[in-house]
Amino acid sequence: MSARTETILWIAQRASAALLAACVLVHLATVIYAVQGGLSAAEILGRTRGNGAWFAFYSVFVLSAALHAPIGLRSVFSEWFGWRGASRDIALALFAMFIAWMGMRAVIAVFA
Amino acid sequence: MTDRALKARVWRGAAEGAFREYEVPRHASQTVLDVVTHIQRVLDPTLAYRYACRVGMCGSCAMTVNGVPRWTCRTHVDKAAKNDRIEIAPLKNLPVIRDLVTDMREFFDKWARAKGRFEGNRTKKDDFARVRPESAARMQADAGIECIGCGVCYGACDVVSWNRDYLGPAALNRAWTLVMDARATGRAERLRAVAGDAGCHACHTHMSCTERCPKNLSPTAGIAGLKRAVAKAALRGEL
Repeated sequence: MSARTETILWIAQRASAALLAACVLVHLATVIYAVQGGLSAAEILGRTRGNGAWFAFYSVFVLSAALHAPIGLRSVFSEWFGWRGASRDIALALFAMFIAWMGMRAVIAVFA
Repeated sequence: MTDRALKARVWRGAAEGAFREYEVPRHASQTVLDVVTHIQRVLDPTLAYRYACRVGMCGSCAMTVNGVPRWTCRTHVDKAAKNDRIEIAPLKNLPVIRDLVTDMREFFDKWARAKGRFEGNRTKKDDFARVRPESAARMQADAGIECIGCGVCYGACDVVSWNRDYLGPAALNRAWTLVMDARATGRAERLRAVAGDAGCHACHTHMSCTERCPKNLSPTAGIAGLKRAVAKAALRGEL
């Protein structure tokens, strides 16, 4: 992997971390707000279905996580287990797609 | 001089070996290097160790004292020993040649890999470069240029122990001082050399190098500077 690609991955991880920090705060605040008022699942779905802003926010959340976690695992795998090279990067690219798929599946299920 | 004795456990061997214990008489203001020298001159002439200046200028006497990398010439036994016991081992993260002597080649080879050699574009026919000492870049370069290449930071760095390709704090600090040097050429090549998994991006900012540097330098700050410079270069398509 070239120095440029590794640098882009580093930037992507830092940028996704910044997004995640904001997303986690908003998410936690929303969860606390939702349970305080005693909202039922049906009432929550009533608010999320067809809500474009909600969909955009959680899409950003999911895609940031899908980007952030595998890049971090690159270092963990190489430093703790000595796993480097193309096999590690391909496995992590698949893992990133898995997180994105699982996350977006959940977001779409609550949106649609 | 006191009649107390110090029990010094000293590494004997190379990669394979064991600690051997010696009893060394205690003296006022005794340094760890004094202890090693006493062992070699009085108790066991086969002990191999390395030193030169004895006054903290050359950086060649760095060893691991009670688990901490230090200049032995500037480490008082009073400060380092616990219950009149001390453990002296070679510097970590480097191959051991024999006893307390490490092979520093990979350490200095990494300075070369990090493009740590100054190259300018002026000749002796040109006028002096005018560099304002108070300029931000020069001040950042000045903050890192007093490194004497002792290897203490390299021995203290966890990332080096996990990733044998990692350039290490000293080489990256050197590269940073050149990136900040207005006279140095080859900036893009240098940034490319220090980027990525074996370079500045591998640093976890544990700051062990900064904690242990006997010159009170902060390679961590230099590495952070490199991360910023490399990121900007990558985004501008200059990497």
